[in-house]
Order: sequence, then C-alpha cells, then structure tokens
Amino acid sequence: MSGERREWRRLARTFYWQIRRELWEHRALWVAPLAVAAFAVIVHLGTSLTASDAGRAAALADPARAGEFMTHYSAMTGVTVVTGLVVGVLYSLGALQGERRDRSILFWKSLPVSDRMTVLSKAAVPLVVIPLIVFPIVVVASGLMLGLQSLVWSLDGFDPRPLWARVDLPFLWLALLYGLPFMALWNAPFYAWMLLVSAWSRRVAFLWAAAPFAAILMVEHLALHHTPAHWLLERRIGGGVLQPYSANGEGVVWIERLSDLDPARIYTLPGLWIGVLIAAGLLYAAIRIRRSRTPN
Amino acid sequence: MAVVDARNLRKTYRKTVALDGIDLSIGEGRIVGLLGPNGAGKSTALQAILGLVSHEGELRVLGLDPWRQRGALMQEVCFIADVAVLPRWMRVGQTLDYMAGVHPRFARARAEDFLARTTIRKDSKVRELSKGMVTQLHLALVMAVDARLLVLDEPTLGLDLLYRKSFFDALLSDYADHQRTILLSTHDVHEIQHVLTDVIFLDRGRIALGATMEEVEARFVEVVVADDRLAAARALKPVSERRMFGRTSLLFDGVERERLAPLGELRTPGLADLFVALLGDSVPREAAA
Repeated sequence: MSGERREWRRLARTFYWQIRRELWEHRALWVAPLAVAAFAVIVHLGTSLTASDAGRAAALADPARAGEFMTHYSAMTGVTVVTGLVVGVLYSLGALQGERRDRSILFWKSLPVSDRMTVLSKAAVPLVVIPLIVFPIVVVASGLMLGLQSLVWSLDGFDPRPLWARVDLPFLWLALLYGLPFMALWNAPFYAWMLLVSAWSRRVAFLWAAAPFAAILMVEHLALHHTPAHWLLERRIGGGVLQPYSANGEGVVWIERLSDLDPARIYTLPGLWIGVLIAAGLLYAAIRIRRSRTPN
Repeated sequence: MAVVDARNLRKTYRKTVALDGIDLSIGEGRIVGLLGPNGAGKSTALQAILGLVSHEGELRVLGLDPWRQRGALMQEVCFIADVAVLPRWMRVGQTLDYMAGVHPRFARARAEDFLARTTIRKDSKVRELSKGMVTQLHLALVMAVDARLLVLDEPTLGLDLLYRKSFFDALLSDYADHQRTILLSTHDVHEIQHVLTDVIFLDRGRIALGATMEEVEARFVEVVVADDRLAAARALKPVSERRMFGRTSLLFDGVERERLAPLGELRTPGLADLFVALLGDSVPREAAA
C-alpha cells in the first residue's frame, strides 16, 4: 500500500521535472505570450495618452458606446490566447522530433522515465501548461492596463471611476477561466495528432501533419459533391472560440455578461468528448511509436 | 540471478540479420567487453538489453523485460550509448537538477565532486563544452547513479588519448568502490584489455567467442615459428596464422603448452591479436557482400 503511494509520488515528481525541463528547453512557451501581452499593454498606454479629452467625454456620455472601453482588453486577451495556441502548435510539432534529431533521445531514454510519462508530459504542455501560463499573464496585463489608463485619466483631471464601471475585469477573467479549459480539450485532437506526427516523422513534421487534411479536402472538393470533412474541420477549428464565446456556439451573437456564460452547455457537447477520446487514441499511438524510436 | 540473461536473442531489420540467435549470461560484478567488427551486432545487442529496440527470443535484464519495462529498468541500469547525446541546450546545473528530480538513485553530491575535479562550469551550456568535457559530464552523471548495471556503447569514440585514459581510469576507480556490473563495447581493444573480466566477440550476429579472461589466457597461445618447423606446427591445427619478418605467427586454441613449446617462442596473445585472428577474415567477406 505504502509502496504504491510512494510510486505515485515518484511519478508526480517525475512529471513535475519533465514539465520544468520542457520550459527550460522551450522558453518561447512563456516568453512569447508574455511579450505579446506586454506589447498590448504598451499600445494601450499609448492610445490612452493620446486620446483627446473631448473624445473620452463623448464616449462616456453615450450609453451605446459603453462596450468600446472593453475593446483593448478583449483584444489583448485575444492575441495572448492566440499566441498561446500558436506556440502550442509549434511546440507539439517538434516535441518528439527534436530529441531524435539532436540524438538526446538516447540520454532521455537512459533515465527511469517511461515513454508514457514522456509523451503525456509533452501533451500536458499545450493542454495544461500553456493555459496556466496565459491566464495569469492576461490577469496581470489587464490589471496593469486599467491601472495605467486610470492614472492617465487622473493626470488629465478626469475621474477614472466611470471607466471602472465600463471595464469589467472580473468578467473578463471569469470568461477566460471558463473558455481556456474548453479550448484545450476542444483542440486536444489537433495537439495529439501533431505529437504523433512529431514522434513518427523524420523531418518537416508540419507538412506531414497537414498532408492528410489537405488530401481529404482536395478529394472532397474536386471529386465529390459534398464536403463533410471541410464542414467538420471548419467547425472544429472555429469551435474553440465560437462555442464558449458566442450564443449557442453559432458565432452570431457574442457573449457580453456573466449570465451569457453557459458551462453546462459547452462542457457537455458530445463533440468535445469525442475529440478527447480521439486525442487519447492518438496519444496512445504516439507512446507506442516513441518506444521504438532511436536517433534519426 | 544473472544480470543479463538472453536465450536465442534475435533481431532482424527488414532483410538484414543483426543478431542471429545469441545466448548470453552475465553474472553480477563482471566487466564484460563486447567486441566485434563494424556491423557485427554489438550496438543492436546493447540496444536490445537497454530496451531501445524490440527483439525476438528471451531476454531478461535484472529480471525485467527491457522492451516492455524500460522505465522501471532504468532505475537500476545506466547507459552511455554513443558520445555526446546530452541535450545541447541544457545547462550543466540543469542536468544535475533534472537528474536529481527524476532519478531516485542519483546522488547529486557525487556528481558535483566528480565535476569539481574537471574544468566544467555549472552555468555552461552543454553546447559550449568540448566533446571530451561532454563525455566527462555524462560520466559524472552516470557515476552518481547507484546502478547495478552500467552499459557503455563506444563511450570514448572520438575522444583523444588523454580523455580516453581518464575515462577508463574513472570507470575503474569507481568500479573498485561499487562492484557493479559493466557491459561495454569499444574499438579501443588495447585500452580496455586490463579492465575486463570477460570478453565476448561478436561476428555477423553470432557469438564467435565468449569466455572469461582467465579462460582466454589458458586457452589461447601464440607461437612464433621458424619456417623449418612450420609443417609440424600446422599439424597441431592453428586457428590462424600470419607471416611477419620472415617468420610465422600461429595462434592455437586449447593446445597444451608442452606440445607447443618445442616449436618456437610462446606468447599469450592480446585481445587485439585474438580479435584479428578470429574475426579478421570476416571483414573482406562482409565488404564483398
């Protein structure tokens, strides 16, 4: 019994060090979202400084323009999240290929870290670690943006309190907290597929990862009258954002307030969990492939 | 229990037979040299033992199936396969942190002691180290693990003489303290001869010779024979002969020394001589194939 618990603790410890090791090797995982968010903060500060008093007063006076104050905050959140997605894609395409190219796989395999542990810890990077990096960055950056904007207003002799009524940061944070796990799970089959390709291919993992999709779409569009794969792919790629952030996931009406969040709907979508099952299958295949891999 | 136990171990790559059914039994505390020409199957044998490649036949290492239980096996086995496989982006200090994190048997202080005797700095990246220094670092990491079996596949390939010597010295002094089992393959036959307790010659996927060093010394005798006694010497069925400086050197396997003494000067052959005598003919054939 205690032996089993000790084994679990050893696995947890190994997992922790695997993640640290990924963050050492791939510093872009946290540097890129941080840099993008920092850039957004600077742009926001610039526009706050250059905004005219008249423009500010006009925007505050018109209730229909209340949403405008949120634009920069949403945009900063959006670009930071997208940067996280891009970094996750690039990471996944190289994660199991780089170790063969530089032959370091022979070192990693000489340690008591199983192929399952290796692949799952690498899968955890886009699925868990990147969201955990993106969330605090957005929280701090948005707080900083509001603080700086309030300071600029105060220095200009404007009362910043009406601004606080219009920039609803807790809502922004909650909406992100609500959508980030969904996006990770929704996109899991893509990440798992890319990890599988990176375990399998010797080079140009990107092309191999894209090739089957390109082939299917081509056949569909040239030879068939229906394009079900195209439809499915579009829904899958767009769904990560549309499902949590638009009414009924239709992409027509965007959510605006706390009561628009509908976790009971998005987290019970069959498509979400079917995708997770597919991702599990792909990761299992990646583990098997990694076991038989030696340097390129 | 044998540390490595193989029965009819086979490995084929498409049409190439890398291991053609070998039997191995390596006991605790032995230092075994695995020798053979290029392509003889040395690396394949070591990779199978380390769980890096699948295999046919039975294979147990410390009682585990290496292919299915590599993760568990590596708690008690260390290996340096090839040189310079340490991740180039890693800092020396990070390799220590990481090893201490994932390896339950890694004694960080031992690795630090070893590194303190080198010129390696902890804040250097592996890519900034010379090849010899990378090997020293790898050896420091491996020596700090309390492993029962150490496998070294060409550990000194590409190193200069001084680094090679210090590598084997470090290996031996550590062995004297810890009595672990070591299995190593190398081309530097001269340098490891005095280190080994056992030797295995592999040739085209088969074991050409597997013996303890005592057995090798007892079995093999080299006799340098003048031409007038050559016919008499050949009658005793030498396993090989080579001409040099107008005389002939013949190698005998299991022929009593009393019968050979009258023929000429007796010598105990070195491993390199044995290697050439027993496997020398396999090279041209291989090249022709």
